[in-house]
Amino acid sequence: MDFMVFQYPMISVQACLDGILLGILFALIAYGMALQWGVMNIINIAQGDLVILGGYIAYFMYLYGIHPAWGVIVAPVIMFFVGIAIYKLVINKVVDRDLFISILATFGISILFMQLMNFAFGADVVLANSGYGTTMLFNNNVVLPNSKIFSAFISILFAICLVIYMKKSKLGRAIRATAQNARAAKILGVDTEKVYAATFGINAALCGVAGALISITFTIHPYMGLPYTIRSFMIVIVAGLGNLPGVAMSGMGLGVFEEFADYILGTEFRIGSVFLLLVLILVYRRFKLSRKREYLK
Amino acid sequence: MKLSKIILSFVSALVILFSTSVVSFAKVVGDKIILGAAISLTGKYSSNGVHTQNGYNMAVDRINSMGGVKVGGKTYKFDIIYYDDESNPKRAAQLAERLISQDGVEFMLGPYSSGLTKAIAPVTEKYGVPMVEANGASRSLFTKGYKYLFAVLAPANLYLDVAIDLAVEKNNGKGVTVAMAFEQDAFSQDVRLGVLDAIKRTGSKKVIDDKLPKELNDMAATLVKVKQMKPDVLVVSGHTKGALTAIRQISEMKVDVPMLAMTHCDAAKLSKQHGKNSQYALCASQWHKTLTYKDDFFKDGMTYDADFTKEFGYAPPYQAAESSAALLVFKDAFERADSFDQKKVRDALAATNMQTFYGNIKFAPGGQNVDKPMVLFQVMCDDGGKCENKVVAPTKWASAKLIHPIPSWSER
Repeated sequence: MDFMVFQYPMISVQACLDGILLGILFALIAYGMALQWGVMNIINIAQGDLVILGGYIAYFMYLYGIHPAWGVIVAPVIMFFVGIAIYKLVINKVVDRDLFISILATFGISILFMQLMNFAFGADVVLANSGYGTTMLFNNNVVLPNSKIFSAFISILFAICLVIYMKKSKLGRAIRATAQNARAAKILGVDTEKVYAATFGINAALCGVAGALISITFTIHPYMGLPYTIRSFMIVIVAGLGNLPGVAMSGMGLGVFEEFADYILGTEFRIGSVFLLLVLILVYRRFKLSRKREYLK
Repeated sequence: MKLSKIILSFVSALVILFSTSVVSFAKVVGDKIILGAAISLTGKYSSNGVHTQNGYNMAVDRINSMGGVKVGGKTYKFDIIYYDDESNPKRAAQLAERLISQDGVEFMLGPYSSGLTKAIAPVTEKYGVPMVEANGASRSLFTKGYKYLFAVLAPANLYLDVAIDLAVEKNNGKGVTVAMAFEQDAFSQDVRLGVLDAIKRTGSKKVIDDKLPKELNDMAATLVKVKQMKPDVLVVSGHTKGALTAIRQISEMKVDVPMLAMTHCDAAKLSKQHGKNSQYALCASQWHKTLTYKDDFFKDGMTYDADFTKEFGYAPPYQAAESSAALLVFKDAFERADSFDQKKVRDALAATNMQTFYGNIKFAPGGQNVDKPMVLFQVMCDDGGKCENKVVAPTKWASAKLIHPIPSWSER
């Protein structure tokens, strides 16, 4: 145990800001997962691998002399079509089956993507340099890389656009209707097949944006996808489905929690503490649910 | 009567089939000595796996073209059976079984990484197959009492203790404060143990001791602590992702530390990916082309570097160089044993005492090479932004003077 974080208030400020910026980025990935989970009842294990693929798109732009920040526009466009292709090839065959089948299918896609990326791009760890510099706050005591601020800003921008799109557009309304009741939507003339394809495409596009941002803030590697899947899974579990503000809050909350756990318990317990929190939340939910049931009896 | 004839012919057919298949794969066929190796050609270690394979192939071609191996008055050539272990320890152990019991290989070369070597070593030990490995440095490999395992490289605990000695030397022999950030894997934790020993030996003090997760890509929290505690040395070991993440975040967060020492800088192509931001980083390396060791096959480091670059189109990382050295060790042992008897070859390997372009090689009873120190190089960049790795320690091999302390970010 180390309470340095409380002895120096500036470290607390730093931890909070780091956590929030990180959390916003994770929330974007989690939102994509929540969307397709809610609409199609599919838990996408390949979520993280789609993120990494998006990262490689930005990385290759960087290699060819284009600023990697443009990746946040190019990667989602390419990834949207990748998403639709995955839907047409695999997901449409498992969409109405039980959760276990879809988890197995996306697990297979995840392994396939890892190996293909390894084959195509090599196993080296790579990154794209944005050259954005650093923001110093509070007399240089708190430092924030501009790339992280940029990532958070872009994530928020995409999230807002998506919310508006879901509310206002015809496809958005169809997606929401399908999420509420697929059969009723079908009866009322919604082409659910198209809605599913679009949902998967939108999710992949969000992963593309997040991947491009991760290539400028962190590092990418063909086998680094799984942690992103797990993080977004956790955020969705904590927030619940179809609850965008909840996803954003739980993303940031987990980010801050993680940073503080790192300072207090040590870096080795960083991931573990988040899992512990997840278990506690699930037990608590179960407990609440069982009380409700008794009440109904 | 008829039935017994059928059975007899069936059995004899099987025996013939079996014997030919064994003969065609046995350790020495005609004038060929066949070695076996499981290498990571796919999976997460595939880039270093390919460096390992290129290193082996380069040495095989060189030794074969320069007269081969002379045993019992006859000349033999090396050949290697490769299998892809998919960077997976279980697969590597299976392939080692297959190489030995199906393909009849009697001498093995090591895989890439400590983890995979750890998986294979019990198998080679069980069958009494001598294995010369060039890419497993974890200390735990050499404490298990293996009799048939020989490593041409220096063990992991020696990677960064040189850096602590260097910092103490710069501090006029007084102890220094050390911040440590190590990934939680066998290799990095061995490096950590070495650093802890050095801290104790020099009367230094550790102020931060962070263990980074395996999927590490963010060490901002550690670096904030470093900013607060202002240690004299920061040591980081977390394979290539650790090296890349450290340099990215140190430069973004403007962390000033007088000395920064790491592992895996050349595998991470640090100066290529980060340019001037990687300047002044100290990197532990098994080998560097400017070292002046010599042998008859590759001449010296500079020649090896040039020949390898010509053949494979990229400069050899130390993983390739040490792999080439493993073949030189095998050749030397076969010739001294003057036999293909596994026990005799093992004893000859244990008595190895030679110099290669890669360094001196002499094995301790545990199998590790005790005659080759690690070198530290420092990334140095010119005004045009071109960066080069220059050896700064040990002083005997230094080709440049250490820049210490590292200038602060505001002065760069």
